[in-house]
Amino acid sequence: MGALMRQITYANAINEAMSEEMRRDGNVFLMGEDVGVYGGAFGVSAGMLDEFGAERVIDTPISEAAIAGTAVGAALCGMRPIAEMMFSDFVTIAMDQIVNQAAKMRYMFGGQVSVPMVLRLAGGSGTGAAAQHSQSLEAWFCHVPGLKVVVPSTPCDAKGLLVSAIRDDNPVIFVEQKVLYKETGGVPEEEYSIPLGKADIKRRGSDVTLVAYGRMVPLCLRVAEDFATQGVSVEVVDPRTLVPLDTETLTASAKKTGRVLIVHEACRTAGFGAEIAALIAGSAAFSRLKAPIMRVCGLDVPIPFSPGLERAAVPTPERVAEAIRVLLK
Amino acid sequence: MSFDNDILKSMYVKMLLMRKFEEKVAQLFSEGMIHGTMHLYVGEEAVAAGVCTALGDHDVITSTHRGHGHSIAKGAGLTGLMAEMLGREAGCCKGRGGSMHFADFAGGNLGGNGIVGGSQSIAVGAALAAKMKKTGGIAVCFFGDGAANEGSFHEAANMASVLKLPVLFVCENNLYGMSMPLSRSMNISDIAVRASAYGFPGRTVDGNDATAVYRAAEDARDYVKQNGPMLLVCNTYRISGHSKSDTNVYRTQREIDAWQAKDPVLRMAAFMLKNGFSQAALDEADETAARDIESAVAAALQSPYPDARTVLDGVYA
Repeated sequence: MGALMRQITYANAINEAMSEEMRRDGNVFLMGEDVGVYGGAFGVSAGMLDEFGAERVIDTPISEAAIAGTAVGAALCGMRPIAEMMFSDFVTIAMDQIVNQAAKMRYMFGGQVSVPMVLRLAGGSGTGAAAQHSQSLEAWFCHVPGLKVVVPSTPCDAKGLLVSAIRDDNPVIFVEQKVLYKETGGVPEEEYSIPLGKADIKRRGSDVTLVAYGRMVPLCLRVAEDFATQGVSVEVVDPRTLVPLDTETLTASAKKTGRVLIVHEACRTAGFGAEIAALIAGSAAFSRLKAPIMRVCGLDVPIPFSPGLERAAVPTPERVAEAIRVLLK
Repeated sequence: MSFDNDILKSMYVKMLLMRKFEEKVAQLFSEGMIHGTMHLYVGEEAVAAGVCTALGDHDVITSTHRGHGHSIAKGAGLTGLMAEMLGREAGCCKGRGGSMHFADFAGGNLGGNGIVGGSQSIAVGAALAAKMKKTGGIAVCFFGDGAANEGSFHEAANMASVLKLPVLFVCENNLYGMSMPLSRSMNISDIAVRASAYGFPGRTVDGNDATAVYRAAEDARDYVKQNGPMLLVCNTYRISGHSKSDTNVYRTQREIDAWQAKDPVLRMAAFMLKNGFSQAALDEADETAARDIESAVAAALQSPYPDARTVLDGVYA
């Protein structure tokens, strides 16, 4: 079945999710910088202006705070906006609307209203875009009650999770991975969705659990493949959504293998890996652990420009492999 | 200039309710019945009364940290507001929001906002929704002179302008951002000139004259529905302090007294007497408003505090 499935890119999968939902629901619309005639800085919304028109694919001025705030206001009044931040780093300018407004309203207003909006952020390094266009800021949003946080690693997950995010009645921060936009993968022809809060075991194994999300998933799968040839069975668990988090699948895998390595591109200090480590350490899996929980993360450094430095700032297959070897000692 | 008597009465009643609501919550605060702080609207009542009375059923507003008056003027139930002040389950936000977060979505109030300038682009989004859904309504964004200096104002005003959205930006210029006088926070004295930078009209009105505000808001609403955004600056004064911590060290008693002499509620009463209302009718309105506030307090006090076990109710992420 997998071999027969059509192959499309991560960017096309996101485009399909948005387009299908816009066909299905007249309240869904897209807004952001250069999402219209340009088709999005990374081509994600290519062709959507032609199909849906300028009323539903809205090119905005370079005004991230107002993009986010306009999405909040429209969501309060019955629309289901998808707002794009061209680079996830630009979300810093929109934080009031996300943190103080969107995340708070349902609770703060006593349940009178919900805020059904999706904020799509193009995140991560690997494109030579340097310190202000390469960050992985997902942990910030996880720290704010009232936001759901999704980081898809494959075209199939990106489409199914985005459909669920658009249909969700609450604000969802959807962190896309710039370096995955052109990667292809199998995506079903028929309509489907993937629920938020459900991890996916991307590879089954019994000796070590790698917990990874976003672009670290394909990296970890390659490392796991190498270890398989050496007779080491590596399980790769992709939480897919950080909030809500599928704690059961994570702890069950930790219990099974007794060795856990968490891999994320974001900086190590106060990164989401710390939360996952604490979760596993505080669970029934603790007594089954054969080694301390380890993390391989981005270094605590601004993403540098020069290619060798940029690669060195984030997890490499070598660092992941080395950590697995330490766990197996 | 002739005025419909029902409109005058409606504005006057709203102003009385606003004033008496603030006097009552200040009293309850001093008695230790209200927790936290509050930002009173005393002296600014003509703005909310004039603007909200000019609005239609499909029009929505966004409010501010000083939002009690906006809520009352837009027609929220008094018991829900008073219960919210008292932190009770019967509050409009079930006691979860408090003074700065009054909201009444059924009545078109999209909520107060504790962040200065936080609501400007939210109003733009509400106007976008009105345009896309063809409701015929407009979005009114109340904000202060202080919020006119936030970057959010620039982004929201420009966005509303280029997308031609039905937003009426209502700047309540009460001359101070907490202790910072307008004269030191911007190098212009007429905030309305800022509208020209976005390609839409700006107009200034005496914000202590409810009838003038009403007329200006009525015209502005017509303009906004046809053409896109507009800025209406209402010059007024906050007679009460910024919040309950304010000791008024940054302004003189003489200045406060001078504005007290221009009290918008008294001014409205004088206008009504000149326009055919009897003193007895005004007295009756006053007594009714006082009774309404007392009943709201009594009803609010009947409501329990939220059960601490419900602290996580309504959490979804």
